[in-house]
Amino acid sequence: MASGPIAIKRALPGWIAAALVAAIVLGTLSAVAMRAEPGRGLGPAEWAAIRFTVSQAVLSAAFSVLLAVPVARAFARRRFAGRRLLISLLGAPFILPVIVAVMGLLAVFGRSGILNETLRFMGLPEVSIYGLHGVVLAHVFFNLPLATRLILQGWQDIPSERFRLAAQLGFTTRDIFHTLERPMLTRTLPGAAAIIFAICLSSFAVALTLGGGPHATTVELAIYQAFRFDFDLGRAALLSCVQIALVGTAAIAALKFSTRDGFGAGLDRPVQRWDAAHPLLRIIDTTAIALAALFLLLPITLVILRGAPALTSLPTSVWAAALASILIALISTVLMLALALPLAIAAGIHSARLETVGLLGIAASPLVIGTGLFIVINPIADPFALALPVTATVNAIMALPFALRILTPSVRDTHANYDRLATSLNLTGFTWLRLVLIPRIRPNLGFACGLTAAMSMGDLGVIALFADPQTATLPLQMYRLMGAYRMELASGAAVLLLGLSFGIFWLFDKGGRARADA
Amino acid sequence: MKYLSIAAGLFAATTAVAETPVLTVYTYDSFVSDWGPGPAVKAAFEETCGCELNLVGAGDGAALLARVKLEGARSDADVVLGLDNNLTAAAVASGLFQEHGQTVTVDVPNPFGEAGTWSDTHFLPYDWGYFAFVYDNTKLATPPASFDELAASDLKIVIQDPRSSTPGLGLLLWVKEQYGTDAPKIWEALADNIVTVTKGWSEAYGLFLEGEADMVLSYTTSPAYHIVAEEDQSKSAAAFGSHYMQVEVAGKLAATDQPELADQFLTFMTTDAFQSIIPTTNWMYPAITPAGGLPEGFAAPIAPEQARLIAPADVPAIRDEALAEWQAALSQ
Repeated sequence: MASGPIAIKRALPGWIAAALVAAIVLGTLSAVAMRAEPGRGLGPAEWAAIRFTVSQAVLSAAFSVLLAVPVARAFARRRFAGRRLLISLLGAPFILPVIVAVMGLLAVFGRSGILNETLRFMGLPEVSIYGLHGVVLAHVFFNLPLATRLILQGWQDIPSERFRLAAQLGFTTRDIFHTLERPMLTRTLPGAAAIIFAICLSSFAVALTLGGGPHATTVELAIYQAFRFDFDLGRAALLSCVQIALVGTAAIAALKFSTRDGFGAGLDRPVQRWDAAHPLLRIIDTTAIALAALFLLLPITLVILRGAPALTSLPTSVWAAALASILIALISTVLMLALALPLAIAAGIHSARLETVGLLGIAASPLVIGTGLFIVINPIADPFALALPVTATVNAIMALPFALRILTPSVRDTHANYDRLATSLNLTGFTWLRLVLIPRIRPNLGFACGLTAAMSMGDLGVIALFADPQTATLPLQMYRLMGAYRMELASGAAVLLLGLSFGIFWLFDKGGRARADA
Repeated sequence: MKYLSIAAGLFAATTAVAETPVLTVYTYDSFVSDWGPGPAVKAAFEETCGCELNLVGAGDGAALLARVKLEGARSDADVVLGLDNNLTAAAVASGLFQEHGQTVTVDVPNPFGEAGTWSDTHFLPYDWGYFAFVYDNTKLATPPASFDELAASDLKIVIQDPRSSTPGLGLLLWVKEQYGTDAPKIWEALADNIVTVTKGWSEAYGLFLEGEADMVLSYTTSPAYHIVAEEDQSKSAAAFGSHYMQVEVAGKLAATDQPELADQFLTFMTTDAFQSIIPTTNWMYPAITPAGGLPEGFAAPIAPEQARLIAPADVPAIRDEALAEWQAALSQ
């Protein structure tokens, strides 16, 4: 790890960004805690919630990552028409609003879903989706795309020259696995698992709905209850600390496990896998891709089929909300970049620990951040007037961990591989950023921006605390439609939301790949 | 020059607005939506008050109180509309509300006193309803008529979590009020009927419409929406011998800077102009039946003696006990 004056200078904005993120997350948390009246501590119900939260998150992370490996390997080894589009499409579940995704899953696995209708038709016993397995199924549905993308990124970071050399040396698939793929996987998997573990820790609506009852209680639900019915800010803050401790432990462990040696620089030649031509491998890869596509796309297709007819009858208020959502998504993306790029540079070349600061974003409960911001803003300004910027900021912080996980490894590799050359050419400051870093990490940058924009689009978190009728976002408007029994229109709004989230993700992602698609 | 006149125009416009007094009412999200009572209520009140009515959606029922507590005395709100009988005790205890000082005769069943009287000194009612299990009458010919029958059947139901949802809390209190110390037994018997528990009403009702369950906890007035707005007769509410009530209320904040307008709004709330908007936008019974009666498709409410209610002041203590029993019974 180089830590000369240049490295320290490059890391400085990152430390500032880290301080800013920590100030927002921890500052809001202490704002909530300071308003707290003495409440009761953690009772047996809370401990049960903690146990369930951790166990379902462990299972969900393990299954998501393990299932993602064959899918990512298949995509890494195969080149076919529409591959890029399929990879993008498979990312769709990750950006779906929870309620839409659950409806889609139920259309397949539910009591009157396709699966059970088929089983009934064949005279076989029905299966129930409700229970721990349902929670894990839903979490795999949400996170398999992210895991696949993160692992596929790992594959793509192996320069094609390595595979070329391997082919020249007559490596078998097994040899390639041992010398190239296994080291890559040991580097990528813990990080991917940790981030999915952290996401699943804060799951709440999915865990409750598919968990089937109060035994499926998560910490986030306990925070919700403390805030809503008890207005026990002390307990909400205490539970938030529990949540942050859980996620923080996971993050530090994962960063410790991941080794940081790169594969060296390459010339960005297209990857050719001479070893993958074997027919058996071809069948394995095709099956992996087909199964993943079926599992991820069927529920979404059913949601679209149901909601599409209502698209034309959506009222103007829904379109206005869509516009507000797009605006928030774009502002969040800009804010995310302003935080994530310096952080990734600092974490990549100076101190990897900085990435844990970014993880605070998923560790903190949106409800607590929202409440904290409200307490902080309320004496100085009208919180309603700040609804849009506040939502955009919180969304940017929520997306930060994902962006960092996507950006940091590529920044690290760029630094490790090109820093000597850049230093000898005296490339520093913005010139270095423009000529060396940005072109090397452009696909990752596009992916991170797309993810942030899409996640922000589908988020219902903080806006509910700050919204007035004029600034409703699309997900909020969808809930309002449901609250007024307009389920048909709500499913139409869901399709619009899906289309927008996906469209904005695709635009950014494609923008990032415009050059790299060789 | 052009810009200057635009700027001057804008300035004039803002001062014109500033001269009109503004009454800010916090309410729940679905009230202010295009499909809720909000737009019609705003138009009707502004016709007579010479003011601007600013309806602000601040989450749902329970979140509303949390919001007002957060803002405390600094709140912009003059009136809060959308708390229910399970939240009023906590709201009064917060000291943020002041007495309304009005006397009204209402059409809300009163299990604790003389019919038509309203005794809450801090809050006035605007609508009410009964919790009930809604089912599809084309699939279920003879619905259960009690919790015991429901528990004995193999029907599947979806309910809401009492820790995150107001109807969920209503069901919890319903069972507790009706069965007292036997409530845990009822929950244990119901455990195999409960497909799942959801975060809020929307998720539960959505699951029911998707065919995930035979029945869903909602309101006796829910079928009216399907009949009136969709001309769909297939939804009915199962008649249990008695039903737990939800009364939705509004109150004036102690820190209001528009006390007269706030009083005027609360009075307006109990008039025909407001009450006639409620049935087909909020899908609840109006607190004072308007002159034209209930719209077609609205079943007449069950007899008042079938109404169940826990006195608002007793709710907080009973809730904690009932919640612990509920969790214990359903976690096995």
